[in-house]
Amino acid sequence: MNKASECNHPILDWMATEEYKEKNFAREALVINPARTCQPFGAMLCALGIDGCLPFLHGSQGCAAYFRSCLTRHVREPVPMVSDSMTEDAAVFGGQANLIEGLKNAYATYKPNIIAMFTSCMAEVIGDDLKSFIGNARNQEAIPADFPIAFANTPSFTGSHITGFDNMLKGLLQSLSDPRQGKWTNGRLYVVPGFELYPANLREYRRMVTAMGIYMTMLPDPTEAMDSPNTGEYKMYQPGTPLAELADALNASGFIFMQKYSTVGTQKFVKNVQKIASEAVTMPIGVRNTDAFLMTLVKMTGKRIPAELEAERGRAVDAAIDAHQYIHGKRFALYGDPDLLLGLVGFLLDMGGIPVHIVCSNGNEPFRKEMEALLESSSFGSAGKVYNGKDLWHLRSLLLTDPVDMLIGDSHGKHIARDANIPLARVGYFLPDRVHMHRQPIVGYQGAINLISMIANIFIDEYDRNCPEENFELLR
Amino acid sequence: MGEKPNSSMVEEVLSVYPEKAQKLRAKHIVIKEECSTCAIKSNMKCVPGLMTARGCAYAGAKGVVWGPLKDMIHLSHGPIGCGYYSWGGRRNLTKGILGVESFTLMMFTSDFTENNIVYGGDKKLEKVLREAKELFPSVQGFSVCSECPVGLIGDDIESVARKMTKELDVPIVPVRCEGFRGISQSLGHHIANDAVRDHLLGKRERDDVGPYDISLIGDYNIGGDAWASKKILEEMGLKVRNVWTGDGTVEGLMTAHQVKLNLIHCYRSMNYICKHMEETYGIPWLEFNFFGPTKIRESIREIAAQFDETIQQKGEEVIAKYDPLMQKVIDQYRPRTEGKRVMLYVGGLRPRHTISAYEDLGMEVIGTGYEFAHKDDYDRTFPEVKDGTIIYDDVTEYELDEFVDRLRPDLVGSGIKEKYVFEKMGVPFRQMHSWDYSGPYHGYEGFPIFARDMDMAINSPTRALTKAPWKKEKEVR
Repeated sequence: MNKASECNHPILDWMATEEYKEKNFAREALVINPARTCQPFGAMLCALGIDGCLPFLHGSQGCAAYFRSCLTRHVREPVPMVSDSMTEDAAVFGGQANLIEGLKNAYATYKPNIIAMFTSCMAEVIGDDLKSFIGNARNQEAIPADFPIAFANTPSFTGSHITGFDNMLKGLLQSLSDPRQGKWTNGRLYVVPGFELYPANLREYRRMVTAMGIYMTMLPDPTEAMDSPNTGEYKMYQPGTPLAELADALNASGFIFMQKYSTVGTQKFVKNVQKIASEAVTMPIGVRNTDAFLMTLVKMTGKRIPAELEAERGRAVDAAIDAHQYIHGKRFALYGDPDLLLGLVGFLLDMGGIPVHIVCSNGNEPFRKEMEALLESSSFGSAGKVYNGKDLWHLRSLLLTDPVDMLIGDSHGKHIARDANIPLARVGYFLPDRVHMHRQPIVGYQGAINLISMIANIFIDEYDRNCPEENFELLR
Repeated sequence: MGEKPNSSMVEEVLSVYPEKAQKLRAKHIVIKEECSTCAIKSNMKCVPGLMTARGCAYAGAKGVVWGPLKDMIHLSHGPIGCGYYSWGGRRNLTKGILGVESFTLMMFTSDFTENNIVYGGDKKLEKVLREAKELFPSVQGFSVCSECPVGLIGDDIESVARKMTKELDVPIVPVRCEGFRGISQSLGHHIANDAVRDHLLGKRERDDVGPYDISLIGDYNIGGDAWASKKILEEMGLKVRNVWTGDGTVEGLMTAHQVKLNLIHCYRSMNYICKHMEETYGIPWLEFNFFGPTKIRESIREIAAQFDETIQQKGEEVIAKYDPLMQKVIDQYRPRTEGKRVMLYVGGLRPRHTISAYEDLGMEVIGTGYEFAHKDDYDRTFPEVKDGTIIYDDVTEYELDEFVDRLRPDLVGSGIKEKYVFEKMGVPFRQMHSWDYSGPYHGYEGFPIFARDMDMAINSPTRALTKAPWKKEKEVR
């Protein structure tokens, strides 16, 4: 592939114009290079976070192969999951026979503690009834009568991967949690990470909450599934949220949701239906968002913020001040999931960076309003514009007609960054072209230090590689 | 070193399954014995609930066959996911300006919503095609690759394609590759071949045909493989008019009926079109193998034999030029790879085609198998393997884990879904679909890279770190 920024072609020139941008934005039906995928992918991630849980896709086997390949490329870990391999006959007669046989084989072979079942669009279109099929599987003794199975409908033609995560999580609570026992609580704070593909972020949440002296359960907890030690032995199931703690979830002292938009349905269920004290915070990216997270913990538990975290905060602030000159006044374009974008934009505003184009392929109106309010809260936010439901080809037009200094997002943005001749700071999901980025946290004070360093050093590296010889000096 | 493949091992591994699954799976695993014929069952439904590596018809049609064809837009028609997962997931390299001359690295979808499921997606499809043609005026055509819902809701993409072909004046090819069709990628390959046959092949004529014109078929240019193969063929004096479909063009496919010989690399995914061209246009086809110097040498001679003495002479010159260079590669790596045992589990052709390349390095393939092969693939595989080799078809992840754990090969070559399982087990691994982001592995250009990569996997010092010094009592395998 020729580097587009170095090519001459009349169409390429036209593609960089305002006129093209207008045509591009007039699109109503075609989607090109979207920053979102389908529901069952998020459901799989959620299922991988429960101890001894086998994700089970009711639908076509090809979907399972795709989800597994995709996640495994990002985390460089095995991703176990089965499907019941529905084919043309199931399309005609329904998928019950596949589901029952699939449960029987999966249970006998992989010996899971629980199965979390969700659907591909094939099963959704033909209208399969998971609840009655699972009941029939028990009646036919394909699985023991008391074997725990959670299920969720995850149609690919509504919502996105974050909706699927939410649906599966709610499905787990509805299927496998014991009823709430009045006012008694188990004294545990349930921390819900949301659609989170940085195992290092999950570890950071656990470390910070534990440092506060709070007794917690991570739900779900795919940390080890996404980053397990190499011991020379393969274990199909990595430790996740213990089943007992899932069962006891509705007796929690409270729930804290680390992402809002990937947990909407679960929040409603926990807060409005179960009446459990719960809070949803902006993803704690950057100093201010992390402050807000800790203050929420204080509010919920009455615990104090320990000296250890305060010192850490001080180090993050020190890093921000030390490096501010490399980020201040720089213009950024960003894309990704709503929660990630809210966190990142807050972080940029902390640093004096200027968020300009904010593309959210799976954003909704509440997200737009929240993002606009955030931008209005800072003098650095006035150039920022939110593009809900747009894709990376729209963003390409934005980058070429209204240039910025850096693109922030996942690896799928590498082509448009190259076309616009700007660096890409890789943040979010999907990062298959760099190693171990998911192993560095981007949340909490430590995450702030990591992000500041990454962004500042990319700018400095770019300058070192491209500056005139006479400006190539030792000090930066 | 582990056990040798044996039938009681297989029985023991399968014994964990419920009875029906046990019976079904037993037909797909054999150990080659002296004079044994190819008795393995293949191309059958996966057993529900067992972890298969197989994909679907869409993956075979859009992901494998159509995707690499660069100057066409391949529309993932249906919900968002299928296009997303197959976006950039195969390393089909292309030359050309992105968005102008090549669209392979981009993802186009009609992004079905609930509304489209309820009221049908045909109108949306028209609109999508119009918008795409307007934004990408240089596009040479479209394939409409159907995802599951399209077939289930009864959309008529064929008539939309006919209408829009006229309106937009580029070929628009309906591809009925819904994921529920068939039992693996394989039917998708066939459907895609048929779509090429019906909508592109023979639609244009070129006036500069020559006696040495050939097509390179079933090479998807993973990591530049097709370029490495083309290099040899062109040094032999042949003219590679088009590649199906790695770095391929619509023009190339349309005029492919005018070549003198079809060379087929991946038999599984493209034999259909070769047989069609033989029947319809009388073009002979020949399978060849450019993995490792032994097979390259044999293949060059077989290919040259189809042509006159000029080509045969040049073929010998190519062999004479490269053989000493390949010997150097062998001399460099073989001391470290000699006697190492390999197990393979891949798709298309690699489970048999790469065996000889390993043997060139003194290695021995003790197990091999295919995700979606048919009987004719296994017929071609049995002669390539030694007695005592275990052959497994659509092996489940559990079976493969168990076989590898018991047989303890020095190297496993398989796919991304398998990779990290074996890395955790402490068994050296190379991805043999994507070349683990390396390559090319084809041709004389590829073999030195192949040899380096296999040596690197087997002899990396990193695995020696696995055992913590305070855990001496436990042997890490």
